[in-house]
Amino acid sequence: MFDFAVVTQWVDTLLRSFLPDQAALLVEFLLVGLCLLTAYALIALALIYGERKICAWFQCRLGPNRVGPYGLIQPVADMIKMLIKELIDMNHSDKFLFRVAPFIVIISSVLAFGCIPFAKGLEILDFNVGIFFLLAVSSIGIVGILLAGWSSNNKFSLIGAMRSGAQMISYELSIGLTILTMVVLSGSMQLSTIVESQANGWFIFTGHIPAFIAFVIYMIAGTAETNRGPFDLPEADSELTAGYHTEYSGIQFGFFYLAEYLNMFVVAAVATTLFWGGWMPLHIPGFDNFNMIMDYIPSLFWFIGKVAVMIFIIMWFKWTFPRLRIDQLLRLEWKYLLPINLINLMLMVLIVVFGLHF
Amino acid sequence: MEMTLNEVVFYLLSTVIVVCSILTVTTTRILRSATYLLFVLFATAGLYFQMNYSFMGAVQLTVYAGGVIVLYVFSILLTSSPGGDKERPKRKYMFAGLSAVVVGALLSIYLILTHSFPASRYVAGEIDMKTIGQVLMGTEKYQYLLPFEAVSVLLLACIVGGILIARKR
Repeated sequence: MFDFAVVTQWVDTLLRSFLPDQAALLVEFLLVGLCLLTAYALIALALIYGERKICAWFQCRLGPNRVGPYGLIQPVADMIKMLIKELIDMNHSDKFLFRVAPFIVIISSVLAFGCIPFAKGLEILDFNVGIFFLLAVSSIGIVGILLAGWSSNNKFSLIGAMRSGAQMISYELSIGLTILTMVVLSGSMQLSTIVESQANGWFIFTGHIPAFIAFVIYMIAGTAETNRGPFDLPEADSELTAGYHTEYSGIQFGFFYLAEYLNMFVVAAVATTLFWGGWMPLHIPGFDNFNMIMDYIPSLFWFIGKVAVMIFIIMWFKWTFPRLRIDQLLRLEWKYLLPINLINLMLMVLIVVFGLHF
Repeated sequence: MEMTLNEVVFYLLSTVIVVCSILTVTTTRILRSATYLLFVLFATAGLYFQMNYSFMGAVQLTVYAGGVIVLYVFSILLTSSPGGDKERPKRKYMFAGLSAVVVGALLSIYLILTHSFPASRYVAGEIDMKTIGQVLMGTEKYQYLLPFEAVSVLLLACIVGGILIARKR
């Protein structure tokens, strides 16, 4: 399997060969940041295109098909449109908070994005509390949404923000508990170690029943956490126009839009990493030739393929189920998901203690 | 002047902490004050990460930035009308606040000047999660199960008190 650490090591030695240590480090920081942001923007464009096409298929339409072959350039055109639109300030609102809010949302999303192990040796933030850090930074986004809703000086925005806050705080519990379940199984919080320890079978197979329950709950809670349908009532366009980002225009709106899509990517990537082995190829213990063949497929392709499947499932939810009411949404979390989750955690602990997993 | 990258980051974070702390108490709008406090907490978490103490940093982010600040913003939005400037405090309160500041400042300066800062027992590298867990949940010397339980009793008292206040009509 190709190890991307070779490339990063090579860049490191190259830079250190003609720069002092500090300067080399600085250049590396900038390079990493640049790569991260480029990947962030490109993935967002791909996701927007994918969403529009998949939505079109579900509704028996064609989707974008005029700009470029199969409408491939459409999201780029949309991006340019968004970049050159005027930024409109609201009267009688707190302009400082109004401008700060999109940045808080996008910073939280970028930080979470930086934790993901994309391929073998291709991870940026790899703390030994990696998954906990990811949870921590993704919870910051709520502050941005609340501030955006309030500082817009608009009733619809405020209602949307309050709904969004209540929803994200509630569903974060479920996400935390499912992640805890998987941490119990893997015995580590470091994302690279979690992936490495799935070399002899992905956790969804080795952890069997509790892992599968945790996976289903994680997907439901993850969809709710990203404010996507059927849990999209913070921005329900038929009742609240667009929820907390109604008053934003141009690139400020673009930030919310980007963060929403990238949060979906992060949710899918975490699901891949925790349950489906991350970049680890499909290995079946005992089938050595099969495992060898699987290793020839680059780890980056494995990762992207699995994430694409997860994203397709999340989009499938959105275009299949009708929107929930706020009381149904909160009831689902507090009366069903949370108790199931706690029992599931107990079950997983018992299975790990008695060694009943594969 | 020779400055390492580490020092640059440290001074940057410290500046953010100092400036935003001052802004937190001088701004007249309560929601802005909460936002500046959020920046202070971010920068503090940044200091923890700089010391490679990622567990502490992540806890700082979840508990303070993700939990306490969200709670603040929620309760501000639910209780007061956060848009209006707050009224000027009365002279009596100004005097009380000022004296509290003077006493606090004197106390801190006294402590900083008299305390001998021992050479730090800083261990390079990250601390293993297992060690942290065992220290948190153990009952031996330098382990924290008992204080931990005491804190949870305190939280229980808070919850009971909150329910009582909410139920009283």
